[in-house]
Amino acid sequence: MILTNIESVTGRVIVEHYGLVQGSTIRAKHIGRDFMAGLKNLVGGELRGYTELLIESREQALTRMSAQAQELGANAIVNVRIATSSVTAGASEILCYGTAVRVE
Amino acid sequence: MVELIVFFGLLVIGYVSGQRRETAHYKRIHEEEAFFADKPAVSAKFSSELDNRDILDAQLAVGSVVVSVDYFKRFIAGIRMLVGGEMKAYASLIDRARREAIIRMKESNPNADIYLNLRLMTSSISSGNANNSLGTVEVVAFATAVRFAPEHDGDDDLYSGEEPPLSS
Repeated sequence: MILTNIESVTGRVIVEHYGLVQGSTIRAKHIGRDFMAGLKNLVGGELRGYTELLIESREQALTRMSAQAQELGANAIVNVRIATSSVTAGASEILCYGTAVRVE
Repeated sequence: MVELIVFFGLLVIGYVSGQRRETAHYKRIHEEEAFFADKPAVSAKFSSELDNRDILDAQLAVGSVVVSVDYFKRFIAGIRMLVGGEMKAYASLIDRARREAIIRMKESNPNADIYLNLRLMTSSISSGNANNSLGTVEVVAFATAVRFAPEHDGDDDLYSGEEPPLSS
């Protein structure tokens, strides 16, 4: 599955459009991570626990989106957008969406 | 009284370690940026470099980071809220987070030659405590990583400074 965030796949030709596909997930870390992040807030710097959380959720959302595109018979997704928001404390929501296409 | 001592203790700890961490982080950012200097990330969807090159493949590249400010800066920012004006304490936080996210985006796909259509997204993550949520930002950078086919002869001076750098 080829993913790009421009309207085409550079170097390939789009032969068919399958429409919008999307994948989303909401994940949280266990309370220990939240506590460590609270401590880290004191000294500043990167909150690794939350960076990990973001990466995990993004991969899950992208995988779900790819699975949906695969079902439609697409082999690429163009114009991928990633949106993020925090729904409740300590949880992150990631939404990925794009246009499923077939390229040659 | 005890509260006051704890408060100033936290301020000092925050200031000292916050400054040290920031300096170290900036040092690393500069090193990494120098390393990826010949692989520009552009916000345009097309680049003049694409015209005379064969493309091997194009893939999505993503990088993200969560950074927070230290206690001292949060305190300074709190004071700034009273009088208004530019919040310099947060400026370096956002700057570090964005640059780090771009670097990680490039690292996730290190073989690419150019990163097209760079998008940056910022949001704040809360960690449960209302006071803590302030000053913690999350940045996601994503772009399309394009790899060129191996170059034929004579095109080498493409990168040697004739064109202005494309990266923003």
